Amino acid sequence: MDYRSMELSQLAQALRKRSLSARELTEAVFDRIDRQEAVIGAYITLTRDLALEQADRVDRLLQEGLVLPPLAGIPGALKDNMATRGIRTTNASRMMADFIPPYDSFVWRLLRQQEMVLVGKANMDEFAMGHSTETSAFHPTRNPYDVTRVPGGSSGGSAAAVASGQACFALGSDTGGSIRQPAALCGLVGMRPTYGLVSRRGVTTFASSLDQVGPMTRSVRDNALVLDTIAVKDKKDVHSRGRGGGSCADSLEEAFGQPVIGWPEEAVLANDLDPAVQAMLQETLRFYESQGARILPVKMKTIDAALAAYYILSSAEGFSSMNRYDGIHYGYRSPDAESLEEIYFLSRSQALGTEVKERILLGCFALSEDHYQDYYMKAAQARMLVKEELDRIFQDCHAILTPVTATPAWPLGTLPEELGGDKYSNDRFTLPASLAGTPALSVPVGLTGQGLPVGMQLMGKPFSEGLLYRLAARFEDEHGMIPLAPEVAL
Amino acid sequence: MSIKDYECVIGLEVHIELKTRHKLFCQCATTFGSPPNTQVCPVCLAMPGSLPALNREVVEFAIRAGIATHCTIAHRSSFDRKNYFYPDLPKAYQVTQNFFPICKDGYVEITSGDQTKKIRINRIHMEEDAGKLIHLPGEGTLIDCNRCGVPLIEVVSEPDLRSGEEAVAYLRKLRAMARYTGISDGKMNEGSLRCDVNLSIRKKGQTELGTRVELKNINSFNFVARAIESEFKRQVALIEEGGSLVQETRRFDEKTGQTYSMRKKEAADYRYFHDPDLVPVEIEAQEIETVRACIPRLAHERKAGYMEAYQLSDYEADRLTDDKELSDFFEEAVGATAYPKTLVNVILADVAPLYTEDSPGPALNPLSLGRLADLIAEEKINSNTGRKVLKALMEEDFDPEAYIEEHDLAQINDRQLLAPAVERSISANQKAVDDYLKGKESALRSLMGGIMKETGGRANPILAESMIREALKDR
Repeated sequence: MDYRSMELSQLAQALRKRSLSARELTEAVFDRIDRQEAVIGAYITLTRDLALEQADRVDRLLQEGLVLPPLAGIPGALKDNMATRGIRTTNASRMMADFIPPYDSFVWRLLRQQEMVLVGKANMDEFAMGHSTETSAFHPTRNPYDVTRVPGGSSGGSAAAVASGQACFALGSDTGGSIRQPAALCGLVGMRPTYGLVSRRGVTTFASSLDQVGPMTRSVRDNALVLDTIAVKDKKDVHSRGRGGGSCADSLEEAFGQPVIGWPEEAVLANDLDPAVQAMLQETLRFYESQGARILPVKMKTIDAALAAYYILSSAEGFSSMNRYDGIHYGYRSPDAESLEEIYFLSRSQALGTEVKERILLGCFALSEDHYQDYYMKAAQARMLVKEELDRIFQDCHAILTPVTATPAWPLGTLPEELGGDKYSNDRFTLPASLAGTPALSVPVGLTGQGLPVGMQLMGKPFSEGLLYRLAARFEDEHGMIPLAPEVAL
Repeated sequence: MSIKDYECVIGLEVHIELKTRHKLFCQCATTFGSPPNTQVCPVCLAMPGSLPALNREVVEFAIRAGIATHCTIAHRSSFDRKNYFYPDLPKAYQVTQNFFPICKDGYVEITSGDQTKKIRINRIHMEEDAGKLIHLPGEGTLIDCNRCGVPLIEVVSEPDLRSGEEAVAYLRKLRAMARYTGISDGKMNEGSLRCDVNLSIRKKGQTELGTRVELKNINSFNFVARAIESEFKRQVALIEEGGSLVQETRRFDEKTGQTYSMRKKEAADYRYFHDPDLVPVEIEAQEIETVRACIPRLAHERKAGYMEAYQLSDYEADRLTDDKELSDFFEEAVGATAYPKTLVNVILADVAPLYTEDSPGPALNPLSLGRLADLIAEEKINSNTGRKVLKALMEEDFDPEAYIEEHDLAQINDRQLLAPAVERSISANQKAVDDYLKGKESALRSLMGGIMKETGGRANPILAESMIREALKDR
């Protein structure tokens, strides 16, 4: 059975028709895990027993003739920053390596109620801070398309799990691009929804005003299906607004029409774009034109300001939300500590990684009395400008098309400075949507000559997820899904 | 120069714990004194991914406090994070309202001596409480998180207070406000009312403020007054010796009556910023009016009403309304008497002192006290007997009139009935008689005492005194 080339809806249908059992599907997934995981390293925790138990339950319910929700019986993965009651949730940090939450994240509760099968908790950058999954305190994750390369991050484990067939779909979280970038590098569809569409409750906070949860899938339709499942209003997340209009799956069926797609050529070309990436994007634009879309050149002048603003604001909020990991109430406490001060200093020094520490320090600086006005406030103002600029562009355009990353996946162990520009500039295309709280979809457009996936980003105005899916689906329908990642040779 | 040339400038920061059923941002109960760590959840323990959800009841309580202190209620306020590490603070930040508080620019009127004075309130803001640390000497420290996230309001006054006495008068007003509006018990000993004192001194006539010292952890009204007086003296003495003050936090030691330095105030940087997990608190004008309509008559309103209706002095009315329970008691009792003035005298002399900081007042039927006031006012019993009956009423309720009859306590207002007692007192106290005749007025007291002894305390004292004077007039 080749479940990897089947869409979620096809799997669901096979389960319903009983041509495939949930147990068979789950065992097939774990089979792959047994063969590949040692190389890929997509997971921190595997929940095999729970998965089989859930699968058997679904089979039983189906046998009884019940009609189950679309994701019932389908094995998926959760990024390990999503709380799962009774299952350790590590945030890929030594600090939380043994933490077993006594509560469920809202999204996991929804999926559990839908009878999804949980394969495991996916690897990630520590506390979602990073863009290659190399800051995980557990192990790095490898890109299924080229195991010498990174899968991106911070949701790199989620991406690698789906790309390698070790899960049929996964949830990631996206603060500055942590769903879209690994999706692009691993040849997946990754949606960062409108801020507030999906509840953040029970998902470890990195930066409250920026964090969003979203699906990572092989196909556009899969993505819409998962998003429809998790886009539910949560009364206990004050920012949660849920889905206003109809389902994303429904809006996929609407007419394509003559959309106007903004193309910020100047901003895109000002960054050293990999020639392959550039060529594939140009081709994508021509494709959309051929389908009746209008390509409108637009200016995104705030893209550089967005980069600075993002790192200041996310680090400031991150500083504040990270201080609870202090060795007192839960998590790691240094065995060497004797005084209160030592509990703080030693626990945090020993159990937090360099990337996390850097961001804490950056945020601590940006919020300090002497620098608050020049850094935090200025960044907050810049954020407003980014928002306003996107608002203006969306008056004329239905969507904006950009690259997701300037380059395809890079080799593991690459030093940040070798990536070109500074450490963070590879993220620049994903940051404006994060700051503005608008939805952005990463869609694979093909493989480079080296067989590395390349993605495009489609940004839209708030709650225009359906439209973005429609644009993406048109591309996917015409070109087909990109080839599956090759089998991993052990 | 002496201490008389200096002025003490005081501002208070008062924390009032609100008795809402649930915590500020989660559904946990707020009951005082529950077993440690039984009123906690992932939100107030700051577990990863937990999110605050504002308890709207807290906003209503804060509005009540704002209305009762003549504040402007902000139609839009917001929450900020105050970042610092402490084991009683699981999130490592306290959610408070730093930039945009819910109430601003109010005042409280205090009576100190004969004067009433307005103490301006700079702001009232909502915030969450921290947990409690229990230090076990030699064993370590335990943390009780039951109090984490319990809602507080902080009332910040302008530096308008000038003495310990004024500070206490102000605190009493705030406590009364809390109790009248029903937002808190305001118990200092249980920590539901806590007070930090900011104090500086300056030469009289100066307008700029001196170096500010903060006094923390003071847990009774009495100690607030003593701490202020002691710190005032310390600062004056230091300046007089040519020393200079440092900005610092000091602690009041109840045993020695002195203040001691806790820490020099290094400029603590709390890195305040807007809490991105919360949205601004929006309050419609209509909501404020709804809350206003639900607030019972407040102290200052009752006070004005009493002065007008019963011709009470400012002082009397103030004391009656100082405590909501006492005021409620008075309002019930006054309906049962035709002599409010007498009732007020009895209450202020013998009942009001029993309403202390930590006591809700005696078990006493207000209607019985009203009837007792009638008996006193109508001279059916004298005030001494009245006090005895009052004491008995606090043991067990009864009808005072029936009681005095049964115990034969009625005042003797009849000259003929009193005459033998006067005779006997005079003949038994020759020395007092001699002294009186030599012009020693105080000797009358012994003679009166004799009469009271003879009559079991029932003699009409005014009548008895005039009869003594008459009897000795011709000697």
